[in-house]
Amino acid sequence: MSKTVKLRVFKRFERLWHWSQMALIFTLIFTGFGVYGVHDLISFSDAVTIHTGAALILLLIWAFATFWLFTTGEWRHYIPTRKNFIKVARYYAFGIFKGEHHPYIKTYRRKHNPLQALTYLLVKTVIFPAIWISGIAYLLISFGLGDFLNGIDIGWIAMIHIIAAFAIVMFVIAHVYLLTTGHSFVEHVKPMITGYDDVDLTDEELAYLRANEPNTIKE
Amino acid sequence: MKKLKFISVFIALLLTGGKVIAEDDPKVEMGISEYSHTDQDHTQKTQKESKSTTDHSKLKELQGPFSSGPEVTKACLKCHNKAGHQFMKNKHWTWKHTHPKTGQKLGKGVLINNFCTNAKGNEGMCAQCHAGYNMKDSNFDFNNQENMDCLVCHESTGTYYKTPTTKGNKSCSVMFEGKPAIEWTKVAQSVAMPSRNNCGKCHFYGGGGDNVKHGDLSSVLLDPPKDVDVHMSADGENFSCVTCHVGEGHEWAGSRYEMLVNDKIGTGKPGMPREVASCESCHSASPHSTNTITGIKLNNHTKRVACETCHIPEIARGGVATQIDWDWRTMGKLKNGEGFKLKEYTQGDGHHRATYKSIKGTFTYAENFQPMYAWFDGTMRYTTIDTKFDPSKGPIDINSFSGSHDDPNSRIYPFKRMHTTMPYDKGNNTLVYMNLWGDDGNALWGTYDFGKAIETGMKKNGIPYSGEWGFVKTYSYWPINHMVAPKKDALECAECHSKAGRLSHLKGFYMPGTGNKLLDLIGLLAILGTLGGVLGHATLRKISRRKK
Repeated sequence: MSKTVKLRVFKRFERLWHWSQMALIFTLIFTGFGVYGVHDLISFSDAVTIHTGAALILLLIWAFATFWLFTTGEWRHYIPTRKNFIKVARYYAFGIFKGEHHPYIKTYRRKHNPLQALTYLLVKTVIFPAIWISGIAYLLISFGLGDFLNGIDIGWIAMIHIIAAFAIVMFVIAHVYLLTTGHSFVEHVKPMITGYDDVDLTDEELAYLRANEPNTIKE
Repeated sequence: MKKLKFISVFIALLLTGGKVIAEDDPKVEMGISEYSHTDQDHTQKTQKESKSTTDHSKLKELQGPFSSGPEVTKACLKCHNKAGHQFMKNKHWTWKHTHPKTGQKLGKGVLINNFCTNAKGNEGMCAQCHAGYNMKDSNFDFNNQENMDCLVCHESTGTYYKTPTTKGNKSCSVMFEGKPAIEWTKVAQSVAMPSRNNCGKCHFYGGGGDNVKHGDLSSVLLDPPKDVDVHMSADGENFSCVTCHVGEGHEWAGSRYEMLVNDKIGTGKPGMPREVASCESCHSASPHSTNTITGIKLNNHTKRVACETCHIPEIARGGVATQIDWDWRTMGKLKNGEGFKLKEYTQGDGHHRATYKSIKGTFTYAENFQPMYAWFDGTMRYTTIDTKFDPSKGPIDINSFSGSHDDPNSRIYPFKRMHTTMPYDKGNNTLVYMNLWGDDGNALWGTYDFGKAIETGMKKNGIPYSGEWGFVKTYSYWPINHMVAPKKDALECAECHSKAGRLSHLKGFYMPGTGNKLLDLIGLLAILGTLGGVLGHATLRKISRRKK
């Protein structure tokens, strides 16, 4: 037996993390592509200054987020799973055009659908590290502390950084687009603001939450 | 009828480029007089109070009377008894320099430039800028200390001058007439550390006129506004040349033959005197404030970008133009058998500059213009009289330099590039020594005959000559170091960090802001692909929904 209830899936820190990350990533995309030479809507020196500052703040937030993910056990949400994977993929490829309902409803242990979880995992383990490792290397060289990187051409470091940036732009486009699928854009964005989303809870889970964390559920 | 006349005048104007050339055109100046105003311009303007422990005017050795330069020198050497030995090694005296790296034998005594070409064999005229007396030809006695000219560098009245040591063609004699006699005792008693007036008399007028040669050394530096030169302006540091060109024992820093392009020592340890003319020797290699990210970033530029590259945004500022092109081919046009000048360029300060001189050809000027930028390791190589070249391979580099991104001692450096069309030995594919000056009937300045001038010049200096001459295009490169602008006028980042920036011609290394065509394409395809995918997906959703 299970019951769908409004559960607080996104903790306050997680929401703060998400939205500050969003603002910083947009800032970094804008200033970064300014530095790279795509546009000149901002002066080069301002772009460099803001880009560097925003990157340092984001690194700090990521450090906190990584700590949070591991200490709270939240990292388990991002472990890849085959369960329902094909179903969800099939939905986006075909079912969505036939007006089918999204086949996945969040569970207590799984607040992301399997496709989503895999994407976020790739973003966290491949794209973000590519951008911050190359970014830190670039900054170290810029700050005159990069002597130990002497064998590596800064052009390659920049190339990795830019390719990762393209990947992030692609992610952002797909991420925002997918908010328009399913119910509605607002429905999708709301949980990340209020923290609450529809989750399938087993009777045991519901009983546990009712007893121990009543403020995390709305019935 | 009236209409017809109007049209014919209009056509005539079109044909002459809108200029009506007449004998009484104010732009035409008859005669071939050169250097007419350099001396008047050099009367002291901003003299600093001397802190010397000796007032030379009180010395009994300098009470005179003196009637010639060598007599004054003799008096100087009585007390300064090591000065002669010291100065005997100085390039201003020897006009010789053996390059420590290339081994090339250089110096004013042998080199050919792409302005007036060669001093060798024309010492009679050119030795006005030799710090000695009576250098008439290449057989000058470089061991006679009494021939040293102490005054040209040390007198401070501004009334001292030099004239050619030999007679030129009679048409040239007008050049140096009517000068007041030198008051030898007065100038001898005025000696002091060299001021900008002393250095400038030659170095501001190299190439035959104000700022002609260097582009960053002009009479403007006698009293420059702060936006032209922060160091030499009276509103700035009020430096003289020797404030930076420091040295001991009559040897000082700042040679163009072998430049210190990347000074990694910087200011050195406290109290450690450094005999270099680099920016870093005062400002250090990390001169920008580290309170801002921009400042930290700029400090990280100094390894690869010379200070001058950003801090001297334009060449020939302050109203005095420099020459960027000289065409010797038009030399020798006369009016009524007489040489003349055509002054058709009006420079920033309002002076008219000669665009044509019968004795030299046609000139093109520029001012407030962008330098040329290149990687430079400080070593200059010269096309000397014995260098063979292939004239079909484009302009010949009179001086060339090495430097690259891969060399840690190289930096991106600003240059003025001079382009000249000048005579060469067509049979031997070498440059030529021309006989420019003299009254033997074979000097270019007077006979206006290239053939005679080259044949005599080559023979006089013992250089093999094929007998056939032609014109060749040449470039020379002049490192830009002077006229440092105020901080606020330094280049903005985007001057270089942009797709059509000042350094866009320099390849083979990473520079943000300049783009990368392949990467741009990959990025564009990736992002457009994603957008396309998303739009396609959305469209399909819409269509299928409508079907329902």
